[in-house]
Amino acid sequence: MTLAVRDLVLPLAEFTLDVSLDLDARTTALYGPSGAGKTTLLELIAGLRTPQNGRIELHGRDVTNVPPRHRRVGYVPQDDALFPHLSVRQNVMYGARAMPDDVIDVLELAPLLDRSVKRLSGGERKRVALARALLTQPAVLLLDEPLAGVDVALRGRVLEYFVRIRDELAVPTLYVTHHMEEVEALCEELVTIDRGRIVAHRRM
Amino acid sequence: MSAEELQILSLTLRTAALSTILIVPPALAVAWLLARRRWRGKSLVETFVALPLVMPPVATGLLLLQLLGRRGPLGGWLHRTFDVDIVFTWRAVVIAMMVMSFPLLVRAARVAFEEVNPRLEQVARTLGASDARVFATITLPLAARGIVSGMLLAFARAIGEFGATILVAGNIPGRTSTLSLAIYNLVQLGRDGEAFRLLGVAVVIAFLAVWTAEGFLRRSHDARRP
Repeated sequence: MTLAVRDLVLPLAEFTLDVSLDLDARTTALYGPSGAGKTTLLELIAGLRTPQNGRIELHGRDVTNVPPRHRRVGYVPQDDALFPHLSVRQNVMYGARAMPDDVIDVLELAPLLDRSVKRLSGGERKRVALARALLTQPAVLLLDEPLAGVDVALRGRVLEYFVRIRDELAVPTLYVTHHMEEVEALCEELVTIDRGRIVAHRRM
Repeated sequence: MSAEELQILSLTLRTAALSTILIVPPALAVAWLLARRRWRGKSLVETFVALPLVMPPVATGLLLLQLLGRRGPLGGWLHRTFDVDIVFTWRAVVIAMMVMSFPLLVRAARVAFEEVNPRLEQVARTLGASDARVFATITLPLAARGIVSGMLLAFARAIGEFGATILVAGNIPGRTSTLSLAIYNLVQLGRDGEAFRLLGVAVVIAFLAVWTAEGFLRRSHDARRP
């Protein structure tokens, strides 16, 4: 199993997140309304929050108490969190464990490498954040609403990059969204979450 | 300026610069702990750090005198162990400046650290960075301008320091007489012309320090914008 979440519990302000989940697909959508607990679940898997109870396994290894730096999780938050004082190249290489050429080719980043991240469009920022996460050779990629903040006209094009990542780099991905068209274009499985509970899990 | 005035200016600038450099490591450590960690006794430490801002400087000087004098616990130990005296030397000037400007740097650095988006530090950790690397490559560079601004304010405060210094270092011409002490001394002696000349120097230094500090702060806000 790529990612296994067992009885993961975290009380939140309006409900208690309580999730069990086994993921083996290349790309799984975590789908649900705003405030359903999607981002919180991603942060728990990335190690940025501590669950009250439960267990998280990545490729069979219990990582529940492993600090984020040792989890091998590629996390791309909704706001990209690009380091504003570093260039695109420095951002991309920040945690790199792999040679960057493939990722830079697939994401067509070569012309952007020497730019400041402040001069990037929304779509370019997503590609840089994605490359930065991929170059850590993550066991799983966690993408939190990766098309949020991207101009509507550019969304289709950015989505194509995610499809290429899925097909050419084959990193297991958990993709948070509340847009069904993204799920249909990209994902093999659909997990629906509402008020902290998994309410459906099906193949596309 | 006369040789005596240049000597006063030189001593003031050197001691203020040294005191500012010496408070940087502890002030950054305290500021980071206050900005980024929750711990028991935090509010007590916050209050203790701010005390020199609100206590009469002379009272702070008296405490330092008790602590650092030859009969004081720290001063006595330094004298016996290393044959080093603090009180009424340039070292006392530096220590008085450090104590009085420490809270200013802690406050500025704390605000600078708090303004760094914690999400950037979290993501750096998921990219494999240790806490030390996160601090050195993300937190510190993004807080740098705010910290430099705080250092300039601390430097300006050190230059203006009077109350604590006069008690713990005295006002010994050529050894511990800084700008503020010299101005006071000259006024006492009725040498108003020289006092006003030194006053002009003090105003220019303070103006430049605060003006540059404000400039750093403005650019700091621009730099953090994504």
